[in-house]
Amino acid sequence: MRHLLSGGDLARDEALHVLDTAEEMARLTTDRTVKKLPALRGRTVVNLFFEDSTRTRTSFELAAKRLSADVVNFSAKGSSLSKGESLKDTALTLEAMGADAVVVRHWASGAPHRLAHSGWIRSSVVNAGDGTHEHPTQALLDAFTVRRHLGGLDGSRVAVVGDVLHSRVARSNVLLLASLGARVTLVAPPTLLPVGVEGWPCETSYDLDAVLPVSDAVMMLRVQRERMNLSGGGYLPSAREYSRRYGLDGRRLRSLPDHAIVMHPGPMNRGLEITADAADCDRSVIVEQVANGVSVRMAVLYLMLGGSEPAIGGAE
Amino acid sequence: MPDPSSRGVLDAADVSRALTRIAHELLERNKGAADLVLLGIPTRGVPLARRLAERIASVEGAPVPVGSLDATMYRDDLRLRPARALEPTEIPSGGVDGKVVVLVDDVLFSGRTVRAALTALDDVGRPRAVRLAVLVDRGHRELPIRPDHVGKNLPTALTESVRVHIEELDGVDEVLLVQPVTTAGGA
Repeated sequence: MRHLLSGGDLARDEALHVLDTAEEMARLTTDRTVKKLPALRGRTVVNLFFEDSTRTRTSFELAAKRLSADVVNFSAKGSSLSKGESLKDTALTLEAMGADAVVVRHWASGAPHRLAHSGWIRSSVVNAGDGTHEHPTQALLDAFTVRRHLGGLDGSRVAVVGDVLHSRVARSNVLLLASLGARVTLVAPPTLLPVGVEGWPCETSYDLDAVLPVSDAVMMLRVQRERMNLSGGGYLPSAREYSRRYGLDGRRLRSLPDHAIVMHPGPMNRGLEITADAADCDRSVIVEQVANGVSVRMAVLYLMLGGSEPAIGGAE
Repeated sequence: MPDPSSRGVLDAADVSRALTRIAHELLERNKGAADLVLLGIPTRGVPLARRLAERIASVEGAPVPVGSLDATMYRDDLRLRPARALEPTEIPSGGVDGKVVVLVDDVLFSGRTVRAALTALDDVGRPRAVRLAVLVDRGHRELPIRPDHVGKNLPTALTESVRVHIEELDGVDEVLLVQPVTTAGGA
């Protein structure tokens, strides 16, 4: 069985195949009377969410429903997951219920990998965000959004700015965008760059003002204060200083090339990593990213579950 | 270059004449081009639909809406192979409600693709009528589906295959009948 656990699971051709399929999905679900397709009739998709999420869970749910799959939502709150059931027992339960795909979000990095490779279940696993590790469908929707606006990804320059250390979005984007031929620059204070970032297929910078004028897309990351508090803090001198050096405001917006787009995976900390006027400006595609998320997740689910076996994904 | 196991059935001039005749038949049957919408079934039905639309437009002096309808997700054999690539669906801006939709494909065989296209069309809107135009009808229907306009009726054996080449995609217009490769031939 094949799974989608990492932004690096998809080779260039496979990633482009997902983006092309998502283009068709977008077209098929706008401007028509019936916004539903029969491709996954009789398939069951389980959303297994061990961590709070509104937009990702809703997006996967809507994507699966638009393809006529049956959707079951398991969330940590108000279920056996909050009573201390192990991942293994949960997996065995899902297997007994006949899930064809499990979409999993977990606070622990590596949980989706464990679920996929432990032999507990036979279904495909889609990583919907694990700890500070990966979030491949977010990377796919970001790549989709960049491609739509710039016409292509080859040679395009994408700046990923902010709390890279705690960001699963950043890691998945670097891996995916690199295989699609984009040049990614991570911009962050030294305390918010992960150890080993030198080995990632990207450049790094501490200087946002130097990077913006040569960027085609700038992706602002959420400052994940909840994760910083857990580990004792010390990452930022102050929110104000962070905003001044790494926040996107009206002045920095004007230093971008005319065609450049502004992105954010959400939820935003307005006033911290991005000001309200930057978030709401006409080159901001943040709302569009949400809509594109549904199309991209439809493409992923269709390609994984639509046929006799998955057409994409990392092998076992 | 010519494959000994394949035989030309239609050449470029034959294809052109067949399309011209179908265009005229469509106009005659519909009493003009009013309300006609041509939808090609990907891949090769799409350029064929465009050419029919051009011919109709040159006769009638007004453009005819033309688009494409991909039925991949509606196929009854979707689960028999890994998920297939989707082809573009482009419905002309006027939609299909109340229109006379002409589905255009290169080869009519089992009828299963057309069945899938009819179901797909259900989700797009409600045409007043749906007609089917094909370049080649090779027989062996597995469903109660019949074409309204046929370029060439081609009796075939189930073991043979029909290959349609269209200039826009393959560089040449022709229809070939391909014989199965015999084991004696050392395939």
